[in-house]
This record gives sequence, structure tokens and C-alpha cells, in this order.
Amino acid sequence: MGNYIKLIALGLVTLLALIAANYARDLAYLVNALTVALVAGGLFLWTLRHTDEPSAEVDLSGQYMDGVVRAGVIATAMWAIVGFLVGVTIAFQLAFPQLNFEWAQGYANFGRLRPLHTSAVIFAFGGNALIATSFYVVQRTSAARLWGGNLAWFVFWGYQLVIVLAATGYLLGATQSREYAEPEWLTDWWLTIVWVAYLAVFLGTIVKRREPHIYVANWFYLSFIITVAMLHVVNNLSIPVSIFGSKSVSLFSGVQDAMTQWWYGHNAVGFFLTAGFLGMMYYFVPKQAERPIYSYKLSIIHFWALIFIYIWAGPHHLHYTALPDWASTLGMVFSIVLWMPSWGGMINGLMTLSGAWDKLRTDPVIRMMVIAVGFYGMSTFEGPMMSIRAVNSLSHYTDWTIGHVHSGALGWNGMITFGALYFLVPRLWNREALYSLRLVSWHFWLATIGIILYAASMWVTGIMEGLMWREVDANGFLVNAFADTVAAKFPMYVVRGLGGVLYLGGAIIMCYNLVMTVKRSPAVEATNSTVPAE
Amino acid sequence: METYSALRQFADSWGLLGMFVFFIGVVIWVFRPGASATYEHYASTPLRNEDKPAPDRADDAKEA
Repeated sequence: MGNYIKLIALGLVTLLALIAANYARDLAYLVNALTVALVAGGLFLWTLRHTDEPSAEVDLSGQYMDGVVRAGVIATAMWAIVGFLVGVTIAFQLAFPQLNFEWAQGYANFGRLRPLHTSAVIFAFGGNALIATSFYVVQRTSAARLWGGNLAWFVFWGYQLVIVLAATGYLLGATQSREYAEPEWLTDWWLTIVWVAYLAVFLGTIVKRREPHIYVANWFYLSFIITVAMLHVVNNLSIPVSIFGSKSVSLFSGVQDAMTQWWYGHNAVGFFLTAGFLGMMYYFVPKQAERPIYSYKLSIIHFWALIFIYIWAGPHHLHYTALPDWASTLGMVFSIVLWMPSWGGMINGLMTLSGAWDKLRTDPVIRMMVIAVGFYGMSTFEGPMMSIRAVNSLSHYTDWTIGHVHSGALGWNGMITFGALYFLVPRLWNREALYSLRLVSWHFWLATIGIILYAASMWVTGIMEGLMWREVDANGFLVNAFADTVAAKFPMYVVRGLGGVLYLGGAIIMCYNLVMTVKRSPAVEATNSTVPAE
Repeated sequence: METYSALRQFADSWGLLGMFVFFIGVVIWVFRPGASATYEHYASTPLRNEDKPAPDRADDAKEA
């Protein structure tokens, strides 16, 4: 019976998407509508082929649902390569403008590829890592199977569809021009549906948990899911110009619009890239170190301090703008206060290794996690410093900001995710160990040197650029033209690109290592009951 | 009073006070007597139930 309802719904979606494609007012909308029609049509046929097949009702409550986590791990690794590759491409486009090829103008020039890069690494790579690890962690720490059955699969595939719709939209020119929230209204609406399903699966699992206490990693994951839902809905309040076109107009205007945008933007950093990934840290660091977190009390204070303070930090992106001074001062003060919980969390992660520091020498996976926590500490020191108005007057609009973002994203988010992937793959595919620890070490050093090249070159070019912009001669005239700064930055742009190449190379080595782990590593003995029979 | 001013006034008075009291309350609660033993048990949550869900809600686990 359920299948008939599904068929009707899928058939309707296919039909409506085809009608929308027929009336499409722009190319991005047309491609998005055709994508939806293709997916819904394919699912329709698949469901039709399997209708009225006898379904074996097996009681799976005694096993964890790991199939969707395996899919999430594969998606994370795949999007990592895509996101890093686009990043390297646009880094070299900045150094060598000839790489904005004439034949690809309007599709593959820097302006179109840049949101593709940021969304691919943050939302495709980071988002898949968060969804996969949160599903893994919430099951283990709740001692319960995921709630909602196949709803978890809907979340996974629904999220991939969001990524594909957004990515094709960017290349074809559909963008809201909102930092980290470029997808247009139709993708936003679909993401809202997927996200509510994600919240339901996660919360449902917590509700039916068999552990008395909600482990702190789940608090961080839950705050990430709820806050991102709130941020996403408010930031994307907009009116579509036409139901058959991708263009929409924001409900806010002027400085209110800017403030909403950066309230969203900074909390995307705070709750997507920080709280969610801290959930990862609070599970995978203790697991890999084989000892509980250093201080559970500190983790609770860390959590409440972080979520109370982060939400106010957004206005520091709008120093010296039409935003009232009190608001940007408020953002600045909270950013500086934020230093304390951030370092509390860093200390908690690092000190988990106390008494087991020797593992740093023998286990490259824990080394990866530790350097991630180290970069978390470093970028959460740099961030508050850059939010101070006087520092910001030098750093804002320069490459220093880009360097700061990447020391956080490559160092903290990337490295902790790589650590989690190295932890997860042998367990999810029931292997005794990773294929090669030597390759993990190679990945570690390539990625670390890559980040250092990236961050160092961006500090130099950022500060240089900031100083050149403000340099005035004895008569008060500006000394440098904008193009002078662009020319002066060239060597640093090349170094940055090379850093990206190293980081990408490390990720490719990781993918090879993970594939070989699944294909070549010996399986765990059959007496072990870890194999889920799904 | 217009909506903005009313909200603003609430935010920087009662709202601020409420959040501060909640936060201080959390800190005091965390350091309550006897908390260490409880938190030690909670902290070891990731080190349990790695392979499969717990069979059933154990009665003694509820009190821990």
C-alpha cells in the first residue's frame, strides 16, 4: 500500500518538474527542474519494479544502521576531492588570469567557480562528514539503532540532491549572492525539508536511547542541527520573482540584510564548522586514544559557553559599515570572549592524550586529530584578534581573511574529518586495520605542509595588501593603485596554489588508502559480532 | 513603544540577566558535590556499545 502512495507522489513530482522545465525562465532553473524530474522519474521506475514483491520483515533493532554511514563516508571522500580540486583551480586562476578561459566565460570563470568551491568543501565535504559521523556517533553513544528506518537514507540522498542542484545552479548563474548561502529559493526549500528529516532521525534516536545520559558529542551535533535550521530559514527569507524562475528577492534590505547575512555567515562557521565538528572531536579523539575525554565537566561548560557566545559574534564582519557602532562593538566583544570556551575545548581535546602521549609517535591517525585540535586553537585565537576593530581595519577585505578561513577549514575541519574517516573505514567495512599507516603519515605531512604554505603566504600577502591600501604620501594622496597590490601579490598566489596542490595530493592518497583498506585488508574474524546483517 | 525598542530593552535587561543566571547555574550545577563519579561514568559512554545496541534499558543504568 505504501508503495502506491509513493508511486503517486513520485509520478506527480516528475510531472510537475517537467511542466516547470517547460515554462523555465532561465537555464539554471531548467537544468534544476530536469534534474528533479530525472531523479523522481528514476525513483518512480525503481519503486514500480519492486512493488508487490514480498518484503521480508526482519527485526533489525539488535543492529546498528551502518549502511547509510558507509554511503556517507564514500560521499565525504568523493566531495573532498571535488572541493579541493576546484579550490586549487581557482587559486591558480587568481595567480594566472589566463586560466579564466575565453570559451568557458560565464560558466567556469573565477566568479562562478568560487561559490562552487566554498559550498563543495563546506556543505558537500563537511556536511556529508557531519551527517555520516553524527549517525555513527548517535547510535553508539545512545546504544540504539537509528530512528525512522529508511528516513536516514532519505536524508543522505536528499542532501546529495541539494548539492547537485546548488552546484549546477552556481555554474549556470543562479545565486542569491549571500556568502555561504548562495543557492536560490528552490534549493533552499528542498534543503529545509531534508534538514527537518535529519533533525527527526537524530532526535528520534536520542529519544529511544538506552544510555541514561545524552553524551556531550550529541549535544554539539544537536545544537548544530537546530541552529543551522534556524539560520537557514531566516537568512533565506525571500520572495521568488516567478515560480518558474530561479531568481528571488530577499525580504530584508540595506544594513538589515547585511546583518542577517553575517548573523547567518558567522554562525555557519560557529555551528556548522565548529559545534558539529566538536561533536566529532568529543567522540573520535577519546575512541582513537582509547581513554575517556579529559574532563567531562569542562566539556559541559565548553558547550554552554560556546553556544551562548557564538551567536552574537556576527557583527564583527561589518566594522566600518552602516551598521551602528554599538552592534559591531557587541560582535567584537563577544568574539573576544569566545576565545575562552574555544581554548577550553582545545585543552579538553589535547589533554585527553595525557598519559598516552606516546601514541603521537606511533599512531598517525591520532596525530592527525591532534593537529586538527591544534589548528582549532590557532584559528580561534586568530579570529578574535582579527575581530578587534583596529586590527580589522588592516585585515578586512585582504587575503589575511582567506588565510584565516583556510587555517580553520583545512587545519581543523579537514584534519579532524580525515582522522574520523581513517577511524571509521576499517570498522564500517569490518577490516582489522588500515591498509597502510605509512600512507597516513604521507597524507599527514603533505596536508600539514600544504596548510603552512597556504596560511603563511596569505598572512604575508594580506598584511602587505592592507598596508599598501592605506599608504599615503606627504600630501595625503594614496600611493598605490589597486592594480599595484594585485601585481605585488603574484608570488604569494603561486605559493598558495602549491599549498593547495599538496593538500589535494594528501587527500588523493587518503582515498587510495581507504579503497585499498576495503579491498585488501584482512577481514575481522567471523566470531566477532560487529557485522551488521544488512 | 515601537517593537524594535521594546525588544531591544528586553534583550539588554531581562534577557541578558536570564541567560547569565542560566549559565552561572550550569557552572554551579556541574561542580555540585558528588558530580565527579557521575561524570566519570558518562565520560566513558563512547567506550561502550561499539558493536551493537544495548539489549534493553537496564534498570540500574537509569540511576547511574
